[in-house]
Amino acid sequence: MNDKLYKIILFVAALAMPIVCGGVVYALVTDAYDAFEHFGFLNFLTSSEWSYTEGAEQYGALPFITGTLMTTMQALLFCIPFSLPVALFVGEYFKGTKIASVLSTVTDLLAGIPSIIYGLWGFYTLRPIIMALNISPQGSGVLTASLVLAIMIVPYAASLSAEFIKMVPNDLKEGAYSLGATRAEVVRKVIFPVAGSGIFSSYVLAIGRALGETMTVTMLIGNTNNIPDSITSTGNSMASIIANQFGEADDLRLSSLIAIGLILFLITALINMVGKIMIKRARIA
Amino acid sequence: MESVTPILEFKNTCVSYTKQTMAVKYVSAAIERNTITAIMGPSGCGKSTLLRAVNLMHNLYPNIRVDGEILLNGENILAMEPIDVRRRVGMVFQRPAPFPTMSIYDNVLSGFVLNGIRLSKAEKDATVERCLRSVALWDEVKDVLNKKGTFLSGGQQQRLCIARALAMKPDVLLMDEPTSALDPIATKHIEELLLELQKEVTILIVTHNMGQARRISSKSMFMYLGELVEYGDTETMFTNPIDERTKSYLTGKMG
Amino acid sequence: MAKDKLMLWGICLLAALTAVPLLAILGEVLLRGYDQLSWSFFTEPTPTAYKAMKAIEAGEPIPGGIANGIIGTMIMLGMAVVVAVPLGILCGAFLAENGKNRFAQFVSYLTDLLQGTPSVIIGIITYIWVVVPMKGYSAIAGSVALCIMMLPLIIRSTEETLKILPASLKEAGLALGGNNARVMMKVQLPAAFGGIFTGVLLAISRVIGETAPLMFTALGCSFVRFAVDKPISAVPLLIWEFFNDPNLQELIWGASLFLLLFVLTLNILSKYLAKKWNQ
Repeated sequence: MNDKLYKIILFVAALAMPIVCGGVVYALVTDAYDAFEHFGFLNFLTSSEWSYTEGAEQYGALPFITGTLMTTMQALLFCIPFSLPVALFVGEYFKGTKIASVLSTVTDLLAGIPSIIYGLWGFYTLRPIIMALNISPQGSGVLTASLVLAIMIVPYAASLSAEFIKMVPNDLKEGAYSLGATRAEVVRKVIFPVAGSGIFSSYVLAIGRALGETMTVTMLIGNTNNIPDSITSTGNSMASIIANQFGEADDLRLSSLIAIGLILFLITALINMVGKIMIKRARIA
Repeated sequence: MESVTPILEFKNTCVSYTKQTMAVKYVSAAIERNTITAIMGPSGCGKSTLLRAVNLMHNLYPNIRVDGEILLNGENILAMEPIDVRRRVGMVFQRPAPFPTMSIYDNVLSGFVLNGIRLSKAEKDATVERCLRSVALWDEVKDVLNKKGTFLSGGQQQRLCIARALAMKPDVLLMDEPTSALDPIATKHIEELLLELQKEVTILIVTHNMGQARRISSKSMFMYLGELVEYGDTETMFTNPIDERTKSYLTGKMG
Repeated sequence: MAKDKLMLWGICLLAALTAVPLLAILGEVLLRGYDQLSWSFFTEPTPTAYKAMKAIEAGEPIPGGIANGIIGTMIMLGMAVVVAVPLGILCGAFLAENGKNRFAQFVSYLTDLLQGTPSVIIGIITYIWVVVPMKGYSAIAGSVALCIMMLPLIIRSTEETLKILPASLKEAGLALGGNNARVMMKVQLPAAFGGIFTGVLLAISRVIGETAPLMFTALGCSFVRFAVDKPISAVPLLIWEFFNDPNLQELIWGASLFLLLFVLTLNILSKYLAKKWNQ
């Protein structure tokens, strides 16, 4: 094989990416067009009506956008108190030890569990607990979904944060210790400021994962097409409404679901892009 | 002497990494056939850069420019296909780099494989034996030819890499500090080997080890800040350097 | 100092707590799924809801198993791997060889984009691309979805493995007169084999549990089927079906145990191989 042919083959293979991604955007936009045209783009985003009574069909994405944001943000809140200690454990306190590698294996395995199994566990184990604690009568809802979602994103946030914590130069830490700082002070005054932007970006990427998580949320959020009025009430996320209704939908409802898919795609793409750029910056600094 | 074309000749050879700075500046020198020529100089003087220009290694990096001429048997290699040049100019690197996934046997033959040349089993066996014998490795490895090259000691690995280069029957062998990663005994073996090998091939060797240059080379170049300061018989250069800079380098006043 | 100790213990405690969900999930799936695993569970297809109901009424264990799902998963995964692995390796090689040029950076950015795209959207896309034109759900559609999800993972692992190979390896190959293609085929790719293989294993373990994209593409099927142009089942799809059908709920745990063990084994295996090949 000569080099020219080789270069052409590699180039053609690389073209797969623009073709696939271009195809994704094209297909989503053309198939979502009906819904946007029928309801108007802004109206679709801000309407909270989702009814498929024939003749009076009305679809709006607001309940699902709200549901997604609520589950994601709560998941992030629940995730931080665990992922940050894990990151400090692996990246600073027990850096390079056997026990740290055991813990990172545990989090890797957590990341490997399929989301449908998280959903089952949430449904059969966590939901009864929530009911027993009288937090919500039916057990499922935004809160239940967020709790499981939090567990699912801990590995992503923790492993990336740990990487940045590990990169904090030793002489900075030693400098602080030699001035009499305690370890807690070194963590707060040296590690967090230096690794801060990297840690922050790892949470941005964790958000990116949580936004599109489908099965877990579908199984736990309760599947009602309203804007959740409290953290324990039921709702639907963008991903879960698609998972629930895509199979039975046609025409305008199908187009509306695809429109929700397009919005979800754009939001995740944006969040991921921001996260990646921040990570790149944090790595250089 | 006049009528014989030198095997390798630099004519105003320049190499630049950026537009502003030249790593090698207008080097001109003719290398004689079947000699060992040492290129010396402090680190950063451009000696490796000059060497790597000879087998067009700089072509791999689009921002590096090579200007002037480098003649191989009178032909300007800068105008030739890199692949044709590299088949005729072998190279041995600072760190021994046998191909980790290939056996010792396949490592010696890797040049043929990489050039898409098919050999019969008999030709393969003969080539492997010839090349390993010429680097004095045959007796040590003849029973383990199917083992990976990376199992050998550093010195053996480097000899394997020389054998690999010799298999292609190159006109010129470039060596970029080939013993800097080796212990003194392995270094001595390689030096003895090179003295033998100059009968078959012209060797251009970059070294930071003055003793080594003196022990093995008949001609020496001294480079400083990208310029070829002095080029001549090794013995003369060591005993009676012309340029002040050469003198201070040789007397250890310059890193 | 007391504060320091407190912080250390706090960190240890909270970090240890993250192991709880893993153990809880493993424990629950293991305990509830263990007695369902039998030979017939792997060789028989799912029972109909009616049969299952009868069995429950008679107080017998539900007959049948998940053979249709296992076969479906294997078929779709096989087809996805056959396309995604070579394409991903070539694309990764392109990125490793042309890292700095504009087009390569664009491709690299798109790879990130695709990797971050929620799997439910990959499902929608495949529905639009494959199911609609073929006028029906099929194993092909399912495998296209899996393939799209595997691609970015394989591209990244190939690119990264090739990039960390010592430059001397490529240079030594080229110095012997090899062209780029042969040096890639004979030297770089073989040397990168370990990393690429681990990457493929991880990619498989990631997509094998995917449910949402298969719901709109492969749909599901209650018997063992080998046709690639017809709806087909998959293990995660079966779990979803069992979850939604009160008569079949008993089968959830056996299927989940199988899926979980498979995924975690692949994960551990790839980690182990990566460590071994790195030495």
